Amino acid sequence: MNIITLLEMTAETFPDRVALTCEGRGIDYAGLLRAAHGAAAAVRAAGVARLGHLAVTSPAAPAALFGAAIAGVPYVPLNYRLTKEEIAALIGRIAPALLIADADYLVGVNLPGGVEVVDRGAFLARVLAYAEPEEADFEASVAVELFTSGTTGKPKAAVLRHENLFSYIVGSVEFGSAAEDEATLVTVPPYHIAGISAMLSSIYAGRRMIQLPNFSPEEWLRLCREEKVTNAFLVPTMLRRVIDHLAGSGEKPDCPSLRAVAYGGGRMPLSVIEQAMAMFPGVDFTNAYGLTETSSTICLLGPDDHRQAAAGEDPLIRRRLASVGRPLPTVELEVRDEEGKPVGADVIGGIHVRGPQVSGEYGGIGSMLCPEGWFDTRDRGFIDGEGYLFLDGRADDVIVRGGENISPGEIEAVLLAHPAVADAAVVGVPSEEWGEVVVAAIVLRGRDVLAEELQIWVRDQLRSSRVPERIRYVDNLPYNELGKLLRRVVRDDFHAG
Amino acid sequence: MQVLKAGSRWKSAVCDTQVMIIKGVGEGHELSCGGAPMVGAAEAGGGSLDPDKAEGTLMGKRYVNADESLEALCVKEGKGSLYFDGEKLGPKQAKALPTSD
Repeated sequence: MNIITLLEMTAETFPDRVALTCEGRGIDYAGLLRAAHGAAAAVRAAGVARLGHLAVTSPAAPAALFGAAIAGVPYVPLNYRLTKEEIAALIGRIAPALLIADADYLVGVNLPGGVEVVDRGAFLARVLAYAEPEEADFEASVAVELFTSGTTGKPKAAVLRHENLFSYIVGSVEFGSAAEDEATLVTVPPYHIAGISAMLSSIYAGRRMIQLPNFSPEEWLRLCREEKVTNAFLVPTMLRRVIDHLAGSGEKPDCPSLRAVAYGGGRMPLSVIEQAMAMFPGVDFTNAYGLTETSSTICLLGPDDHRQAAAGEDPLIRRRLASVGRPLPTVELEVRDEEGKPVGADVIGGIHVRGPQVSGEYGGIGSMLCPEGWFDTRDRGFIDGEGYLFLDGRADDVIVRGGENISPGEIEAVLLAHPAVADAAVVGVPSEEWGEVVVAAIVLRGRDVLAEELQIWVRDQLRSSRVPERIRYVDNLPYNELGKLLRRVVRDDFHAG
Repeated sequence: MQVLKAGSRWKSAVCDTQVMIIKGVGEGHELSCGGAPMVGAAEAGGGSLDPDKAEGTLMGKRYVNADESLEALCVKEGKGSLYFDGEKLGPKQAKALPTSD
């Protein structure tokens, strides 16, 4: 299998349809396929093992993704927001490579040997003008390598094979199902799995992509209106910024063409999704849960689930707004206890998944799948009686206090419900007496509150072992640019202070 | 000899149809299109379309047998109909999912 087939099918069926619009310029599917062949020719001329991408999202990203596929080498988009040292280290790990880059991100970066750099603008101009078809490598194995965000250590390179991505797309998207007027606004950066899956899904559905390189709520709303956007994907932080902008500016949330918004990539606060549904009552909201290692989405909470939960009287239905939904038909999902045995409804445990889209493989490490093909996501959660999955943080974030497993999410939810608390992060720090103890970093909402009051607040609602032993007040919590809380930094701050 | 493994590509000997196997079954079976066994992507076709097996294939449809042990994705459409071990393949009925990315 080779993902180039996905683009070939669309280019054959809708050659003249606009595939993507970026900064006001459109490229049709036939043109995008030609650009992919141009990118493949560039890879072959350079004689390299990988095609890297250190640049904001633009038509160069899909040309590179599919060009690498034709040439039979992995496409490796890198995070341009890392430090120069981190970027240099990642580039060193992908050599020998051709690297498509925005010059700004290479200033001061010590380039390792074996890396040929091509400027994104020059690359794009060259591949768009290319007319000679290249022979596609149908024996290619690895389509994409994505470095994980490394919130807990050195970044690992997740390996996604052609069959993983192909299975995901063919199993979850109906070919050519988008009407010609449909357009999706892509705001996730190209180095995120959602950036890869957005390209693959949109192209296979025949849905025009509008690429927004640097997200801002103003720009997002402007493009929604001007480009008559019908679909969008946002990480929770971005949706919150759109909501805050609308609430703060008094601007009307009119996006008449907008039909569907999907979100994922981090925990969605209930207040944000509730406000979003109220501001955009005609829009279908979908929560998508997935991991890099699973080729994107494995669970969905669909529009009907959202509406039922929001309108429901039954607390068991209402709470589903906080769920990530049910597994895709092509994915098996189990919650297991520490011995690896599946647990019953409403019992928290480790989330394991299996299916053709699940890779669970890392460069230099190999496959982490068990012999039966299951992947331990390291996410924790429970499934309710109707099959809805609720997440409960990462296994690596669990605090073990005197042998008792404590989930930070549960304590954070209680703290966030306190009227004086704007944001909260709960982590474990070493303790001679207990092994680890619970501590909390708190962002206050305007008024002062004594640590003791918050401790009593937690004790009244949870067990005493859950009460933060120390509380630090901070101005902001450390999040990465996609809204993922950097718990390691919170922990380090407790060690330092 | 056809080896219908996942990822393998087959073309009709008598029309434009091409398929890629999504869910494979291995050896000892026959996949045909338009009344003639399908051939490998690099092989030459020949013969004529059987008018009784000419309802056509549609781009992007997934074709399956009754127990869904075989699944083939149409990657180029043509005039023939697909058969697997003499059984006519039908389009897979899948619930439409909301767009998630």
